[in-house]
Amino acid sequence: MGESAQAASAAVALRGVSIAFLLPKGGTYPAVAATDLVVAPGEFVAIVGPTGCGKSTLLNVAAGLIQPSTGTTSIFGRPLAGLNAEAGFLFQQDALMPWKTALDNVAVALEPRGVPRKEALERARQWLDRVGLSVFVDRYPHMLSGGQKKRVALAQILIRDPRILLMDEPFGPLDAQTRQIMGNLLLDLWAQDKKAVLFVTHDLEEAIALADRVVVMSAGPAATIVGDTAIDLGRPRDIAEIRTEPRFHAIHKQIWATLRGEVQKAYAQGEGRRA
Amino acid sequence: MKRTTLLSLQIAVGILLLIVWHLLTTVKFGAKPILDPFFFSRPLDVLARVWKDFYAGTIWRHLGITLLETVLAFITGAIGGIVFGFVFARGEIVAAVFDPYIKAANALPRVVLAPIFMLWFGLGIWSKVALGFTLVFFIVFFNVYQGVREVSPTILANARMLGMNERQLLRHVYWPAALTWMFSSLHTSVGFALVGAVVGEYLGSSAGLGYKIHEAESVFDVTGVFAGMVILAVFVIIIDTIVTAIENRLLIWRPQAQSTTAQG
Repeated sequence: MGESAQAASAAVALRGVSIAFLLPKGGTYPAVAATDLVVAPGEFVAIVGPTGCGKSTLLNVAAGLIQPSTGTTSIFGRPLAGLNAEAGFLFQQDALMPWKTALDNVAVALEPRGVPRKEALERARQWLDRVGLSVFVDRYPHMLSGGQKKRVALAQILIRDPRILLMDEPFGPLDAQTRQIMGNLLLDLWAQDKKAVLFVTHDLEEAIALADRVVVMSAGPAATIVGDTAIDLGRPRDIAEIRTEPRFHAIHKQIWATLRGEVQKAYAQGEGRRA
Repeated sequence: MKRTTLLSLQIAVGILLLIVWHLLTTVKFGAKPILDPFFFSRPLDVLARVWKDFYAGTIWRHLGITLLETVLAFITGAIGGIVFGFVFARGEIVAAVFDPYIKAANALPRVVLAPIFMLWFGLGIWSKVALGFTLVFFIVFFNVYQGVREVSPTILANARMLGMNERQLLRHVYWPAALTWMFSSLHTSVGFALVGAVVGEYLGSSAGLGYKIHEAESVFDVTGVFAGMVILAVFVIIIDTIVTAIENRLLIWRPQAQSTTAQG
């Protein structure tokens, strides 16, 4: 009873999800072994793991972009069929339409909802203002810096007001300062209406600074969750300042103990493959 | 290089060539010039002929016909290429089945089709439009096909996650991507539309620049042939300039477009 009630109320619930990819030469590659992952409404969960461990793959399952080989995905208690309409997905790579201005990129996100164009443009303007880009509304993506493009992408997703945010190393390509600024912006926006967040990153410090809970995935193949740590740091947080707190270091040390082994394992495999 | 410097150098090259041509066909060594004006004409004669053609007004009708054929060939070829490019790019099976036929049709030298088109469509403009169509169609077709196939998977996944249906994807993702590729081949395809028109006229017609050149050639009027070629060359440069202007306007979002305007 307890567990099913938890699953019913969960924003995202992956149960026994495993993912295998077909290899070009035949056979399959088991990317992710049977994994359970539950994100409660309003909870900020970060997934860390070594490169290539399948954390992005798991996120794609939650988005409905990849069908798992086994297991079920439910979103707010309903089994997921097709794409996850409750979720906004922030990609690592550039996902903006290069042929549209920042304003049009954000406004077009409302078109599937049937919002009239004039109102969509008005709301897009407001959202670009909220992410601090009101001056750049008429710029095309190639005229924007990496951080500015992420801001547009964030506005594009948030304007639809999704109940879940799925983020795939969104700040990965950015420089260190911009990452901190974007992290703080994300926390500010998240604090306003507390969406459920599943945030994939390879940066443990970023994960701890942002999240309520940090999940560690093991090195692939057949990766699975090997650690799950609640982050008992207060909010609101400042990404840069929180890193100096002793409690932050204690948590970091604790999670790193698990993560280090996996990173070494992944690295050894990588070396082995190259040899 | 500054624009004015570049332009004056470009003009200098043209004048130099004209002077060489002039000297070779006028300065006499013994009894005759090095190049016989009967076969090579003279630049001043050619310019005089061009002037005469425009002054008498006879050339406008021919220019108008060639332009009409070029525009019609481009429009029909582009529409056909876009439609088929889309259908083939979105339908794997259709593309696979028709692949050898498309390749065979594209490999065929279009000149051999000209007599058939003349039988089918007559000696008027439509046989030339058909010839231009077969040239433009394949350029636009392959570009649109590739453009639709090579849409960034991330942009596509993002648009899907934003909730777009097939129609909205077509409008906001596939269509602009295909147009980009089409416009990047705009110079080539407009050029080929003109080639189709002129070659068609040359092979059999009663009007147009190709006809003018062919007519002069058949009476050994070399000056007339050169005059036709000069008019054709200027015509091509004007069309190309217009295409560049359209391209810069439409592809304003592309990084390259920005650097082009910065230079200009």
